[in-house]
Amino acid sequence: MNAVTSPVAAPGASHVEGTPAVEMRDICISFGGIRAVDGVSVDLHPGEVVGLLGHNGAGKSTLIKILAGAYKPDAGEIRINGQKAEIANPRDAKRYGIETIYQTLALADNVDAAANLFLGRELMTPWGTLDDVAMEAATREVMGRLNPNFRKFKEPVRGLSGGQRQSVAIARAIHFNAKILIMDEPTAALGPQETAQVAELIKQLKAEGIAIFLISHDIHDVFDLADRVSVMKNGKLVGTARTSDVTKDEVLGMIILGKSPPGALAGPGAAAD
Amino acid sequence: MTDTTTTRTPVPAAPAQAAPAAAPTSFVGALEIDIRFLGMIGALAVIWVVFDFLADGTFLTPRNLWNLSVQSSSIAVMSTGMVLVIVMRHIDLSVGSILGVTGMVMAVFQVGTLLPAFGFNHPAVIVLTLVAGIAAGTAIGALHGFVIAYLGVPAFIVTLGGLLVWRGAAWAVAEGKTIPLVDDNFKLLGGGANGSVGETWSWVIAIIACLAIAFATVQARRQRQRFHFPLKPVWAELVIVVAGCLAVIGATLMVNAYTLPPVLARRYAEAAGLTVPPEGISISFGYAIPVLVALAVGIVMTFVTNRTRFGRYVFAIGGNPEAADLAGINTRRVTLAVFALMGALAAIGAAISTARLNSATNAQGTLDELYVIAAAVIGGTSLSGGSGTIAGAMLGALVMQSLQSGMVLMRVDTPYQNIVVGIVLVFAVWIDTVYRKRFK
Repeated sequence: MNAVTSPVAAPGASHVEGTPAVEMRDICISFGGIRAVDGVSVDLHPGEVVGLLGHNGAGKSTLIKILAGAYKPDAGEIRINGQKAEIANPRDAKRYGIETIYQTLALADNVDAAANLFLGRELMTPWGTLDDVAMEAATREVMGRLNPNFRKFKEPVRGLSGGQRQSVAIARAIHFNAKILIMDEPTAALGPQETAQVAELIKQLKAEGIAIFLISHDIHDVFDLADRVSVMKNGKLVGTARTSDVTKDEVLGMIILGKSPPGALAGPGAAAD
Repeated sequence: MTDTTTTRTPVPAAPAQAAPAAAPTSFVGALEIDIRFLGMIGALAVIWVVFDFLADGTFLTPRNLWNLSVQSSSIAVMSTGMVLVIVMRHIDLSVGSILGVTGMVMAVFQVGTLLPAFGFNHPAVIVLTLVAGIAAGTAIGALHGFVIAYLGVPAFIVTLGGLLVWRGAAWAVAEGKTIPLVDDNFKLLGGGANGSVGETWSWVIAIIACLAIAFATVQARRQRQRFHFPLKPVWAELVIVVAGCLAVIGATLMVNAYTLPPVLARRYAEAAGLTVPPEGISISFGYAIPVLVALAVGIVMTFVTNRTRFGRYVFAIGGNPEAADLAGINTRRVTLAVFALMGALAAIGAAISTARLNSATNAQGTLDELYVIAAAVIGGTSLSGGSGTIAGAMLGALVMQSLQSGMVLMRVDTPYQNIVVGIVLVFAVWIDTVYRKRFK
């Protein structure tokens, strides 16, 4: 990581210079006449954590599903490492190194950790059959890194605790070399100890140079982990701020009132005072 | 970037993992067998013993058990497909009707087209009859699958419609006539004295099966050793191999103990050009061909569910359709394929049951859909999707058939048989529900 902190950075600009890993510009999408996302621009640098905040229904998840390939935007462009990217489906997104951990976890409960980790990208033997042993070996390797106490390799993930399930979901993302990680409410279903575990994991991934979008409706989940926050309200961007330049209360004001504080770069959705 | 790259070469696991995982405490735990499967075998044993007692020792005879195996095979074949359908949270109510129509198609095609073209008992007749039947069944199933997956009509409705449509079509193929089958090779699929492989071949099959069990166990163990995974204790592996081989040998002894009646044996031997000693000759039936077909289907379907991408996707979709979708799995195509497979299996079931009756009728397979669903469900397939095994469903078919045949031996009237079967079905699913709540 070659982070250069510039003392006179513009409000809301990243402390990391260089080409952003992700740039989403003027993204719009409507569902049945409702503008779910309306002209939103956000960016994310390698080794950076950006928190995407807003109320339920603010459009955060929709915006992120566009990046993950689950929805196609009506307008706007996505750039990955400075290059314009065409993302039409989840497979395209994965080709760009974008991995998503969904709020609902998106695990198949009835199969084991290895089957979930490789779902849709199974390792095969030369005879065209599933190479379960190789998949289990890779799963043991990656899980050993994330959650060394994990032992339930043969059990359906239904039998796992919330934190263990979350680590399976994260293992899936990092095993496939995610460069860009999207985490939708990663700690929503977890207890305090497991939340701390996931926070630790996020720091570790960030240190490895992975760019991370953290999506949450709860500021406390993300404020301490994020380098910057972008706040959305009613489908529009209220503003983007470095967490070092604003207080929690100011960010709360952005979320609730849509008011952009002086330390933030105001977006089109900022309330005029 | 640091080392987030995947290591593809087999890495020795972390030291903590090299030691076997928490030492299994119980005997059954160490064996790593499905408790539910064990329970079903126990239930089957109880049913057999009770019926043998109630039917004055006529149930546990080689003759009855041999018949039982033949009678179960058509339903067993279809139940393997129903497992996948139910695992994907669908249902197929049309299998009995597909069986009816594909049976008619095969009979009419054989008698009307193939026989005039190739002549009596030409080997091409059986091959092309089967190809036509399976193609018809696959096409019908694929049509159902298309409407379900791509047009979004619930499987219950599509196959309920199919139940009526294909039953009507079975009538329309020959306007309600019964078509007698003539090809002797095809009739072998139905079992009977000719449609059995005899003593020698039964032993050959038994030996191959035992070797296969041993080989598969050793192979699986080697694989796990290569990656330094926790291993089962050696004695546990041995218990499984020995139990499997004993089951195979027991079944072989049983089918070989069923012999032709003396008069038929004499006639059979004379036809085969054997000299008959004065004290008579003993000719064993051995495994019936339909039973071997059903076992082969069971093995292939087990392989498909456990070892192929398709099988993995079926279970993943059944577990969480949304997750499967987000993982980039083409859930619609898999749905279509599952119903097409179900259609093909119904056609194989049709070949067995028409060959057994020596003719095709438009009513053939009526209510079979319910027996097939019952077999799958008794065999531990969960109607809420995501779980089920092929072996369980085939065992379920055997349980259903055991109940029926036991009651026939006890001379219970058909309406009462249905009452008992219905109650047993509900009872079995209740037991399964209790099991799932307690142990999962």
